[in-house]
Amino acid sequence: METISNVVGFLPALIKATPLTLLLTAVAGVFGLVIGTLVALARLSGRRILSVPAYVFTFAFRGTPLLVQIYLIYYGLGQILPGTWVRHSFLWPYLRDGLWYAIFALSLNQASYNAEVIRGAIKAIPRGQIEAAKSIGMRSSMILRRITLPQAFRSCLPVLTGDLIILLKTTSLASTITILEVMGTARMLQRQSLLIFEPLIAAGIIYFTVVFILTRVMGVVEKRLTRYRTAKA
Amino acid sequence: MAATALSVNNIHKSFGSVEVLKGVSFEAKSGDVISLIGSSGSGKSTLLRCINYLETPDEGQISVSGEVIRTVKGKDGKFHAADKRQLEHIRTRLGMVFQSFNLWSHKTILENIIEGPIHVLGMTRKDAIGEAELLMEKVGITPKRDHYPNQLSGGQQQRAAIARALAMKPEVMLFDEPTSALDPELVNEVLLVIKKLAEEGRTMVMVTHEMSLARDISSEVIFLHKGLVEERGAPKQMMRDPQSARLRQFLQMA
Repeated sequence: METISNVVGFLPALIKATPLTLLLTAVAGVFGLVIGTLVALARLSGRRILSVPAYVFTFAFRGTPLLVQIYLIYYGLGQILPGTWVRHSFLWPYLRDGLWYAIFALSLNQASYNAEVIRGAIKAIPRGQIEAAKSIGMRSSMILRRITLPQAFRSCLPVLTGDLIILLKTTSLASTITILEVMGTARMLQRQSLLIFEPLIAAGIIYFTVVFILTRVMGVVEKRLTRYRTAKA
Repeated sequence: MAATALSVNNIHKSFGSVEVLKGVSFEAKSGDVISLIGSSGSGKSTLLRCINYLETPDEGQISVSGEVIRTVKGKDGKFHAADKRQLEHIRTRLGMVFQSFNLWSHKTILENIIEGPIHVLGMTRKDAIGEAELLMEKVGITPKRDHYPNQLSGGQQQRAAIARALAMKPEVMLFDEPTSALDPELVNEVLLVIKKLAEEGRTMVMVTHEMSLARDISSEVIFLHKGLVEERGAPKQMMRDPQSARLRQFLQMA
């Protein structure tokens, strides 16, 4: 009984930290999607000057643990930047904050996964869809915007949703570089209360609840966007 | 004397080491219906796709109402379109209907039809919808206006695709085996639409296996064999009295 009341007692502090977890997820999710799309297009461009760097990028970021990336970016950039002009620029007050390094690392990591998913979805679009657009005189940038990407995103939406949920849980790694999001707060509560399990259980409840809501929301979005495939005659 | 709507001049095309087209020429005057026939592998679909540069001819010229698609010789010794913008503009003047319809699967029938008029021709949404409604009426798919392509039968999809092509107000319509992917009972509804267009005096080039259609509506039939024009002429004459042994054989099988 005491355990339960302890867990409940930790919840308010963790709920207060939830917006930061959501912020990390949302920002890294958006940047990951944008950068991932650009990387996917670069890989498919057929120009080696674009496709090779894109390949190296996805290979490197998918091939190493996110924790390693976070440490390298936080401690690595954190060591290099103070020696450069950045130290004296208006950006510096922001760049001292671990949050930016976490967003940077999470975004790139997310981008590397999204890029592969999107690339696959683009390649799976039937050629006739593109030919029809060409045949009415659309220019390639418009075909990309109005036909290729809308179809690609719709078809890989379930996978992108899955990756977003994984991202939400991965933001907990940001706690390793002093960020007090849900996991960071849970660790702080552990230290303050000298309780090991209760703060973790409370954090688990928070993550579960957010994932549950997110899954339902994306389910609705998915249903709306893929009506064209499921609609009955 | 009607003006020349489309001129196809000495088209060559190879895929790898296989030469599919070995120099084919023809001309369509305004209001002509040209049928391209021939056995599979004769190059007729490739020829049609060369007209709007979905396949880039290695050599030769296409011109629409006198405007030549400008080409330049690439490093590989083959020609390609010199000016993308010009090619895109010419494509707006050539309506294409595909064997497999190729309606955009994520858009409704109405959205498919107004896409080009709004985003390529720059029409207002209101005008585009107004014209789309007339076209849907014409091809008989008005009740399917807000349906997605996968909710339609093949015949309905093909009629919608014809409406989509017509919405661009093309000078020439290109049909690439428009009924070959249809179940037999759905062929007729599409043929009726195509006949109606021919009767209206539209300039059309079509690749077809429907010999009766070719005979009924064509002003000229071109029989391709191994990438060359083997025989050409008025449809009735040609089908009644084929000159070449190849055409005779082809007609017997068809």
